[in-house]
Amino acid sequence: MTGGIAVRVVLPEHLRTLAGVGREFRVEVAHTATLGAALDAIEAAYPVLRGAIRDHGTHQRRAFVRYFAVGRDLSHEPADTPLPAPVVAGHEPFVVVGAMAGG
Amino acid sequence: MSGVRVLVGTRKGAFILTSDARRRDWKVEGPLFGGWQIYHLKGSPVDVDRIYASQSLGWFGQQIQRSDDGGRSWAPAGNEFAYAGVPGTHQWYDGTRHPWKFERVWHLEPALDDPDTVYAGVEDAALFRSRDGGASWQELQGLREHGSGPKWQPGAGGMCLHTIVLDPSRPERMFIAISAAGVFRTDDAGVSWRAANNGLNSAGILPDPEADVGHCVHRIAMHPSKPDTLFMQKHWDVMRSDDGGDSWVEVSGNLPSDFGFPIEVHAHEPETVYVVPIKSDSEHYPPEGKLRVYRSRSGGNDWEPLTKGLPQENCYVNVLRDAMAVDGLERCGVYFGTTGGDVYASNDDGDSWTGIVHDLPSVLSVEVQTLP
Repeated sequence: MTGGIAVRVVLPEHLRTLAGVGREFRVEVAHTATLGAALDAIEAAYPVLRGAIRDHGTHQRRAFVRYFAVGRDLSHEPADTPLPAPVVAGHEPFVVVGAMAGG
Repeated sequence: MSGVRVLVGTRKGAFILTSDARRRDWKVEGPLFGGWQIYHLKGSPVDVDRIYASQSLGWFGQQIQRSDDGGRSWAPAGNEFAYAGVPGTHQWYDGTRHPWKFERVWHLEPALDDPDTVYAGVEDAALFRSRDGGASWQELQGLREHGSGPKWQPGAGGMCLHTIVLDPSRPERMFIAISAAGVFRTDDAGVSWRAANNGLNSAGILPDPEADVGHCVHRIAMHPSKPDTLFMQKHWDVMRSDDGGDSWVEVSGNLPSDFGFPIEVHAHEPETVYVVPIKSDSEHYPPEGKLRVYRSRSGGNDWEPLTKGLPQENCYVNVLRDAMAVDGLERCGVYFGTTGGDVYASNDDGDSWTGIVHDLPSVLSVEVQTLP
């Protein structure tokens, strides 16, 4: 790490397989430590995830993807929303979830 | 010829079936990309080790996978399919306008002369091309922008560009088909396009049954030695053209139903054609519960049922548009997969059939590579 914040990340199984990561990994997020910065960092570390969590270009969250942290649903928060303090401190992970949508 | 490799896309992953040239004993590998919808896999005609796969899921979008070793290993390629310019709107199910939005890749068609060039037919309907092995994709927007795009509308499966046929004798010529818009042809490598639906009749479906566009074409097929002749399975009607799509005539003849999805041409006999009749647009299963491939050896009209080895009672599966293929061996192999998860093969031009594998997830596509 080079001065950023090490954020713990948990992905759903299909995205773990795509990215070739285990259940939990860490990415370095800029000091701004916002929701958008965390997603930018995840995609920068694993480019295969571009388009799989957020749409290309617009960065709009895909309809059946959710963001959870510290028991909160951050899915509808704007990109400049600060990450919760326990995530910044490394006590809790930032969790990307495939929403319940049947089959 | 040492054998064949059958590439099977299903709703929950891909499977690769291999056999020697006798096509009696099969090795089944998979699922690859388990849990993902694999709409299509197809190998390059100039490099049997190069295979492209369309991997998608409602949750996590589109991926393109590429193998350079015949399917033993795979790596994600580019997955950004951005329409050129402002894509505008098309008709929606309820008659309102709907903005063009990329959903998934239905069909991948590797070029006939270059393993790094591959075409992608997508939903909402458009044609993309990659010249770098799938790393990046550019829309051939002349199709979507040629003028009739605002009249296109989705079929039940979405507004998909599902068929891409390349003319081996004229590299600048290509045919595509869209549900529900019809057939379009380019003679300048995708720069400009025109509708090629003259002779199609969609009575009861379109307000103008003979409209230039709007027809629900399910698939078209061509024999490489006779590229001006095209065969079509339409929503209803089996059709043929002998002038490169300028006009079509119906060749449904004595079929028990002329509704269906796939249509395929024998590898060595350009007038031998295969279809799988389905009862109707609302009953997507074989008439009488008998799974029958129909073969015409005269380019249509006269059809014979092929039943040996296929279930002839209580069979209510469907065979989707990309789920039939032929190999290039001397005695032509014919293959198809069902929505019930069965893959059948014939090693004798369709005279008899054997189930290669049963109880896979619902089969979306079947392609065959003939191995040297």
